[in-house]
Amino acid sequence: MGTTELLQFALAGLKNGSIYALVALGFTLVYAATGVINFAQGEFYMLGGMLSVWAYADLGLPLPLAALVGVAATALVGIVFELTAIRQRKDGDPLALIIITVGGSMLLSSLARHLFGPNERALPLFSGGGNVSVAGAVLEVQTIWIVGITAVSVAGLWYLYNRTALGRAMRACAVNRDAARIVGIDTRLMVTVSFVLAATLGALAGLAVTPLTQTAFDVGPSVGIKGFAAAILGGLGNPIAAVVGGLVLGMLESLSIAFISSTYKDAIALIVLLGVLFVRPQGLLGRSGREKV
Amino acid sequence: MSSDLAGRHNATPVLAIEGLHAGYGRVEVLRGIDLVVGAGEVVTLIGANGAGKSTLLKAIVGLVHPSGGTVRLRGEDITRIRPEQAVRRGVALVPEGRLLFGPMTVRENLDLGAQSRRLSAEALRADVERVFELFPVLSERAAQSAETLSGGEQQMLAVGRALMADPALLLLDEPSLGLAPKVIAEIFSALDTLRASGLTILLVEQDAKLALRHADRGYVMRTGAVALSGSAADLLADDDVRLIYLGAWHGGGEG
Repeated sequence: MGTTELLQFALAGLKNGSIYALVALGFTLVYAATGVINFAQGEFYMLGGMLSVWAYADLGLPLPLAALVGVAATALVGIVFELTAIRQRKDGDPLALIIITVGGSMLLSSLARHLFGPNERALPLFSGGGNVSVAGAVLEVQTIWIVGITAVSVAGLWYLYNRTALGRAMRACAVNRDAARIVGIDTRLMVTVSFVLAATLGALAGLAVTPLTQTAFDVGPSVGIKGFAAAILGGLGNPIAAVVGGLVLGMLESLSIAFISSTYKDAIALIVLLGVLFVRPQGLLGRSGREKV
Repeated sequence: MSSDLAGRHNATPVLAIEGLHAGYGRVEVLRGIDLVVGAGEVVTLIGANGAGKSTLLKAIVGLVHPSGGTVRLRGEDITRIRPEQAVRRGVALVPEGRLLFGPMTVRENLDLGAQSRRLSAEALRADVERVFELFPVLSERAAQSAETLSGGEQQMLAVGRALMADPALLLLDEPSLGLAPKVIAEIFSALDTLRASGLTILLVEQDAKLALRHADRGYVMRTGAVALSGSAADLLADDDVRLIYLGAWHGGGEG
């Protein structure tokens, strides 16, 4: 295989990896705040695409505005979901909350099917159908949008996490909830914030991908599994690890197509998930054992 | 003497607990506690492990939900308050096990201690400097993550973080636990400095002799109730206390 072909696969891996990274960040942020895996994370991805299509095709808004409406509406769904379903479980029992998110996932995809129909729907490419040549490999302009949106989101999240009082409070909450509470951090508010961020990141991923792959009410779970595998691969609870996990998973999938067969592409995430859980449950960047101070 | 000390500040006590019941699930740990801490007093709570000392501190700040009785802070009912509200009202807890933010730096831990106050950057820095004056070693460690500190330094950081809330009432849960005598002396000398500055302190300790030497008054807890109370001097001299708590706990192991 030539370097051009390899580069072509690497670009595809980067594109998919960026999407997985955004979805994985959603998993990791909610996990850090609540200790719970949010199985509705894939639905935020679905809603980001579907609500943007709705705003563009059904409301007739221009594309940039439709995209904004789609992402903002998904963030709102994230808030409503947290306030009505998660917060109501006062004892924060993780198993109960996980089941609630599974139920939420089913509810959201059913609602999407009911409101927007069972068919696949699409958005136009953000800046036309052009391609760019990179050392002989073909790079779709939409891929630049996808990677760019991911890069800006990650940079924004990094700034929020490390340079703002809100981010510091979120990190404190992730380290130890009781400690966070006794210094005056409203941990319930941090949970709501984590759901808003998770919904926004998922929606951005769904929005950016829809012009290439189209979207439908049922795209959530499969992307959810990929994002979950990526978050586990990197190390759950650590945002940087989620990004690394997403990119590595995207590359592994691409390489599996290049060197094995595209038949197994979707199995790669599950193999990675199982492999990590058997060999290195704390993930690539995770720390082993319980943190204790 | 105890009534003297309590009566000296005959205004509303900083903390007044009446008939407090609390526990975990169906297990009742506190069975009707009455306790008063006057302004500027250092009051210590001693007793064997499992007597309910830590649970009482947790119940005051709302980490454990009281099932009966009242907790009043400067006359206001704060029973069943949420912990994040308790610190806003002026109750800061140095918790059992310290509960520091391990991966975060010493400075970040201190800044987080002032989370409940809206401070300007300068005011925040000034308060951090005051903690550094009390515990100079923390200033050398300012950029280190909390989990890399020694046990004594971590305890100092836990106290410093609580002080950053500018509390009206400081609750301390076993600050001497697991520390070397020299470090314990350092921490209690800092507590004496705070006491001299007029801070009101409720101190839970397993080392009864140590605690009584640094307190105005004491309460002895036994299986969820107050068995005995009095001035620190009286308790130190009390035969039963000497026999049961000072003898048995002398030298204070981990227990």
